[in-house]
Amino acid sequence: MQWEVVIGLEVHAQLSTESKIFSGASTAFGAAPNAQACAVDIALPGVLPVLNRGAVERAIKFGLAVGAKVARRSVFSRKNYFYPDLPKGYQISQFDLPVVLGGEIPILVDGVEKKVRLTRAHLEEDAGKSLHEDFHGMTGIDLNRAGTPLLEIVSEPDMSSPLEAVAYARELHSLVRYLDICDGNMQEGSFRCDANVSVRRPGGPLGTRREIKNLNSFRFLQQAIEYEIRWQIDTLESGGKIQQATVLFDSDRGETRAMRSKEEAHDYRYFPDPDLLPLEISEAWIEEVGKTLPELPQAKRIRYVSDFGLSAYDAGVLTSSKELAAYFEEVVSIYSDAKVCANWVMGEVNGWLNKAGIEIAKCPISSRALAGLLNRIGDGTISGKIAKEVFEAMWNGEGEADAIIEARGLKQISDSSALEKIVDEIISNNPSQVADYRAGRDKLFAFFVGQAMKATRGQANPAQLSEILKQKLAG
Amino acid sequence: MFNSSLKGLSAQLADRKISSVELTREFLKRVGELNPVLNAFVTVDPEASLDQARIADAMISSGRAGPLTGIPVAQKDIFCAKGWLTTCGSKMLSNFVSPYDAHVIERFNAAGAVNLGKTNMDEFAMGSSNETSFFGPVKNPWDIKAVPGGSSGGSAAAVAARMAPAATGTDTGGSIRQPAALCGISGIKPTYGLVSRYGMIAFASSLDQGGPMAKSAEDLAILLNAMAGFDKRDSTSLERQPEDYARDLEQPLAGLRIGIPKEYFAEGLSADVEKAVQAAISEYEKLGATIVEVSLPNTRLSIPVYYVLAPAEASSNLSRYDGVRYGYRSANYRDLTEMYENSRAEGFGAEVKRRIMVGTYVLSHGYYDAYYMQAQKLRRLIARDFAESFEKCDVIMGPTSPSTAFDLGEKGDDPVQMYLSDIYTIAVNLAGLPGMSIPVGFGDNGRPVGLQIIGNYFSEAKMLNVAHQYQKATDWHGRMPNI
Repeated sequence: MQWEVVIGLEVHAQLSTESKIFSGASTAFGAAPNAQACAVDIALPGVLPVLNRGAVERAIKFGLAVGAKVARRSVFSRKNYFYPDLPKGYQISQFDLPVVLGGEIPILVDGVEKKVRLTRAHLEEDAGKSLHEDFHGMTGIDLNRAGTPLLEIVSEPDMSSPLEAVAYARELHSLVRYLDICDGNMQEGSFRCDANVSVRRPGGPLGTRREIKNLNSFRFLQQAIEYEIRWQIDTLESGGKIQQATVLFDSDRGETRAMRSKEEAHDYRYFPDPDLLPLEISEAWIEEVGKTLPELPQAKRIRYVSDFGLSAYDAGVLTSSKELAAYFEEVVSIYSDAKVCANWVMGEVNGWLNKAGIEIAKCPISSRALAGLLNRIGDGTISGKIAKEVFEAMWNGEGEADAIIEARGLKQISDSSALEKIVDEIISNNPSQVADYRAGRDKLFAFFVGQAMKATRGQANPAQLSEILKQKLAG
Repeated sequence: MFNSSLKGLSAQLADRKISSVELTREFLKRVGELNPVLNAFVTVDPEASLDQARIADAMISSGRAGPLTGIPVAQKDIFCAKGWLTTCGSKMLSNFVSPYDAHVIERFNAAGAVNLGKTNMDEFAMGSSNETSFFGPVKNPWDIKAVPGGSSGGSAAAVAARMAPAATGTDTGGSIRQPAALCGISGIKPTYGLVSRYGMIAFASSLDQGGPMAKSAEDLAILLNAMAGFDKRDSTSLERQPEDYARDLEQPLAGLRIGIPKEYFAEGLSADVEKAVQAAISEYEKLGATIVEVSLPNTRLSIPVYYVLAPAEASSNLSRYDGVRYGYRSANYRDLTEMYENSRAEGFGAEVKRRIMVGTYVLSHGYYDAYYMQAQKLRRLIARDFAESFEKCDVIMGPTSPSTAFDLGEKGDDPVQMYLSDIYTIAVNLAGLPGMSIPVGFGDNGRPVGLQIIGNYFSEAKMLNVAHQYQKATDWHGRMPNI
């Protein structure tokens, strides 16, 4: 039987402000428990929230980048519920009047571009953390995270496969980092995804959705949605019904499990927070923020294809992160053959980074050093093959390309008299092969190239060698 | 000395006729004598007060004194004061020592005032008689069978009994003006946003406003000069040029247009209160004012509107008292839900619970539009009544409370009767306007009557002028209870 999958994502992006959204306490990660919880964060009697303009600025930036409407007036509301790590007994969030409305994110899956529409994005504060270990039957509360600014980005249910959901999440992740509004650190919880998943008959009414909470890696996002789709289809096909529910993904068992069903869900009793005035954003402020927008990934991709002649796929890989794109552009600014640069950055650089499990920011070979190596290929000092050996040495910290080529004596032999002498020797040492070749066995040419490379320890200039061989073997 | 004005005390301090330490000791002594009867203070800390007095004396000797330097001021126990128990009249906060100062407390400290102690109040400022306090009711110094009014009843009784030369209060629906009226003193609730709410424990955030309570309008002006001012830690605090609220005190009242709302002299108003208020209005005519009739037709809606909005905000504001981080935690619980339930059931009194339940109800899914949204719309109509009236007059006058102080326990079983005692004051909070009460005589039972003066936004200096001119012509404000 045929099923259609419907996915919508809610992403919580932690905004990169130094202080919290409603207090002056630091947002830095990793401090001792409660060391970064001030009177406002602890919700002492009598304290009041004051909105951090930096958080609003980041929301505006996001709204402009996705082509959304930035609301001139939005309202902070209280979402009321009791939980030990929610100090005020309510979370300050935006409910019916969010700061960002609409917008879209383009995604590319299997070479096909699709636009995922955004419903809204709103500002809110994060809660603290409950620590259930280490306290022997008690629960510890760490309020360092309480009050950290979040932008909750809600998509329309426009995705129809786990791959599309991952592509959307990656694109969004890349975008918030381009905009420098979120550090994107998923392990530390700076970028968390909730996925709303349902299935339906093609063309039929929407199925009942279940929400998978708190997915903190792209891999888990994909696995969780895949499992959830299978589970929903199995349930429906065996005659069951889907109950609306919130579920958690158990990454060890690769399963989703219901946390609470919506019937027992809270009535959050939202109402406008009387401690905060409505957020008014002037045209001038939007304009000012607009001037700080960097070149966005989509614009970069288009430029890479038109200016550098790269394929859409290559342009997509190179612009997948702001840092990788910057690295590539620095290499191109020194070594102008963009295709060669792209191949090296996507091939050797990315390959070695992946193997080492590190980010481009930590790459031991600077963009300038890589360009230096490419220059030596370009001017014929070394071959592409030798260059890979030099690259490895550079990765291992042996220095710049020129120094390594010098120290290891890897300079290509382009001296034609030297090459001629070597070729002469090979011809005289292999009379039968020469005879066969001259009798028409063209394939033997590779044998002579191999012999010459062996004799020069791979340093012969390949083009020149081939020229000389052809000439001499012709007799 | 106990009946001396702030200006008088200030002069004595400046002339070194008395030191702040001596003055503070005198008042502490009087508090010690009268408090067992009146229960106006919940916390006194003589050492802390005297430490501040010593600092004040040093300021005076070095010539850095202002009008409040060395003056003992009683602080309503709703203001957080560093190192002081700050209970808000509740068992829930009966063990809470504040680690920080409210903006108002900072202002008084900077002015060199002495914190004389924390005054009793209705629990979380919810009440009109001071009977909801966890620490027991305050007695009215004019008649200890009577309530002092609420919620700032401790502050009002303290000033009336001359246990303190001045005090602070907060007013959400009349909590400065009504106890001022019932205790025969002067009190002003400024325009919403004039005094920072930072460190003032929230009851209903969109209505709460701090203000001074004292013997006279002249004293109120000095106190308001210290309390008012922009504070960036309160987003509803108004950023305005500081002003001197005493600047217009001596202006003559000739030509003043006084609006009399007919709705304030209708059914429900005691004859003796009406008589005293009418006499005060006649006095104003003698001072050159003219009387204009105005109408506030939506006043009748103010009690139902208030009892939707204030509990709604309170139900959320009081959620933080969950026994997790500070305050009262029940000794009996097996799990988290029980800890919440028992801590809140044991930590809050009946009136607070009633309002949390009402507030939770009106914000619930399916009821929000019918109650909360509707009340917000009516709130705007109530504000519009005032705006229209102020096109015809400079100030509005009427009774502060429909009767003089009632007896302790008299309205205890009937919350609606209790709520009705705020009928004249609540609309002012809903509109965000400034309002004050001054004593204008006594009722048949010998208990004080208050005149309410309502001004337009930011007209505090004018209102204080209007009150001061009356107090120059009469002596009601100088009368002291026999205690």
